[in-house]
Amino acid sequence: MTATAISTPVTLTPAARTARRTRLLHWVGVHSLAIAAALFFVLPFVFIFLTALMSDQQALTRDLWPDSWHWENLRTVWETPGFLTWWKNTLLYAGLGTALTLLSSIPVAYALARFKFRGRNAVLMLVIATMMLPPQVVIVPMYLFWAKQLHLSGTLWPLIIPMAFTDAFSVFLLRQFLLTIPKDYVDAAKVDGCGEFKALVRIVLPMAKPAIAAVALFQFFYCWNDYFGPQIYASENPAAWTLSYGLESFKGAHHTNWNLTMAATLLVMAPVIILFFFAQKAFIEGVTLTGVKG
Amino acid sequence: MTTLRQKHRRETARTLAFLSPWLIGVSVFFLYPLVSTVYFSFMKYDGFTPPTWTGLRNWQYVFTDYPFFWPALRNTLWLVVVMVTLRVLFGLGIGLLITKVKTGAGFFRTAFYLPYLAPPVAATMAFAFLLNPGTGPVNNILGSIGLPQPGWFNDPSWSKPALTMLALWGIGDLMVIFMASLLDVPQEQYEAASLDGAGAWQRFRFVTLPNISPIVLFAVVTGVIQTMQYYTQPLIAGKVASGVIGGAGQQFEPGYPEKSTLTLPQLVYHLGFQRFDTGGASVIALVLFALAMVFTGFLMRSMTERSAA
Repeated sequence: MTATAISTPVTLTPAARTARRTRLLHWVGVHSLAIAAALFFVLPFVFIFLTALMSDQQALTRDLWPDSWHWENLRTVWETPGFLTWWKNTLLYAGLGTALTLLSSIPVAYALARFKFRGRNAVLMLVIATMMLPPQVVIVPMYLFWAKQLHLSGTLWPLIIPMAFTDAFSVFLLRQFLLTIPKDYVDAAKVDGCGEFKALVRIVLPMAKPAIAAVALFQFFYCWNDYFGPQIYASENPAAWTLSYGLESFKGAHHTNWNLTMAATLLVMAPVIILFFFAQKAFIEGVTLTGVKG
Repeated sequence: MTTLRQKHRRETARTLAFLSPWLIGVSVFFLYPLVSTVYFSFMKYDGFTPPTWTGLRNWQYVFTDYPFFWPALRNTLWLVVVMVTLRVLFGLGIGLLITKVKTGAGFFRTAFYLPYLAPPVAATMAFAFLLNPGTGPVNNILGSIGLPQPGWFNDPSWSKPALTMLALWGIGDLMVIFMASLLDVPQEQYEAASLDGAGAWQRFRFVTLPNISPIVLFAVVTGVIQTMQYYTQPLIAGKVASGVIGGAGQQFEPGYPEKSTLTLPQLVYHLGFQRFDTGGASVIALVLFALAMVFTGFLMRSMTERSAA
């Protein structure tokens, strides 16, 4: 900036100078707005963090900055009875749920993208309809089914088992992606003597990796964040609680102590955010795929 | 001839095999419970004694006597009009902003996107803390610069605006969708408009908007559908703000303060799982189903129009 300012003033026409000034003003305007927006998005995290590290007494005041840093709050939360169990349950629900969703949804998405059959549009419409369905619509009979007939209330199985029978959103997203893979690849594989299933596994799946990663992430996050499911099926049995469900009871146990509650909140947010940094690209691609390439 | 028929039969068997997980899933976890919900909506059933036929009494109860139904519907309308509109405008604004940022674009993109990932229960509890009228940092700051300090989640006229702020904080999904569609607008259309002497606003109005209008429609319709499913945030906000919290066994009457955070999904839980009124819960579920399907119909039509174009 300074270097060019020294060497160029003689050669600059007034019009070029105005254009440069407009560009500079534009730059300042855009970046000021961006900084203001960033404050709105980041400050809540900062306040959660600062409060999580306050002493019990200070957390009851209006102070914004901790007098002393109580890192042991994080350990107190970690060692709260049940917290580790909630972690394990959440990992089981999210891990197994994601694996089952992928196993069951990929063949269905492939059939919808590739095969021609009567009723294909009807199937696709039903997939979209169930994708948009609030889970509360069918919860009463579903609860009776799992609790009264299969005696599985008090566990997370009523949430995990259905994922072995596809998840509508995953089917839809995978199908959208599979449509973009040229048919020729599969046809060539079939000429080489591959069956449809072999072609799917050997040719299509490696090409669909970005979409599979996106679906896996979305499903993992869905399970991690789910509150309604564990509330319905697991609430009666604290040994089956997940982090999202257990977190609110944490507030109860610590009453007005916002510091420990915020420390717990931080510990529930952290894994999701760390996962995001590792899988940023897959994530953003997935979001775009749901909306733009309809 | 026979070989052709055999081939056809083989293809049908193959299609059925690939679709089988979905066929079972949609039958057991959607069609059966949907039919069952219709059945229960005409039954009196508390989950223990056998169901008995009551005709339209559940429907009548929900629409005329159940004090939570109309407030929940009014809240839903408020959220559709205010929250969905603001989310689309804000998402578009943030999307535009991020396409213009040149320095530190990666930092800003991540900062704007991250809150979307915060688990709803954690995010809502965090906002209940940030906005709590006693010691919350937001009122703290508002007070120190001499602005009024609302009761947020504790004030019936501020609870929905507070939920809206929470929803705007998690704008990351819309930001990414708008960002991608803005980058897809053909650059030469902007250049042509500039040559014709169009200013920034005119370029936005006559080049950007027409190009991204399908995405705006998509954002509005999915926003409305998400509002029909709005459950965790209003429930947790009400629980934390009212002080009634603590896991299983604690009975919470939803909607705190003064029914201002009631939404339809909460009523299914309230009637079905707190009052053991299976029939009433089924009626609410069917209302919710009808609303969700109407807007899904809009969504499908807009999607087929887009792929036809």
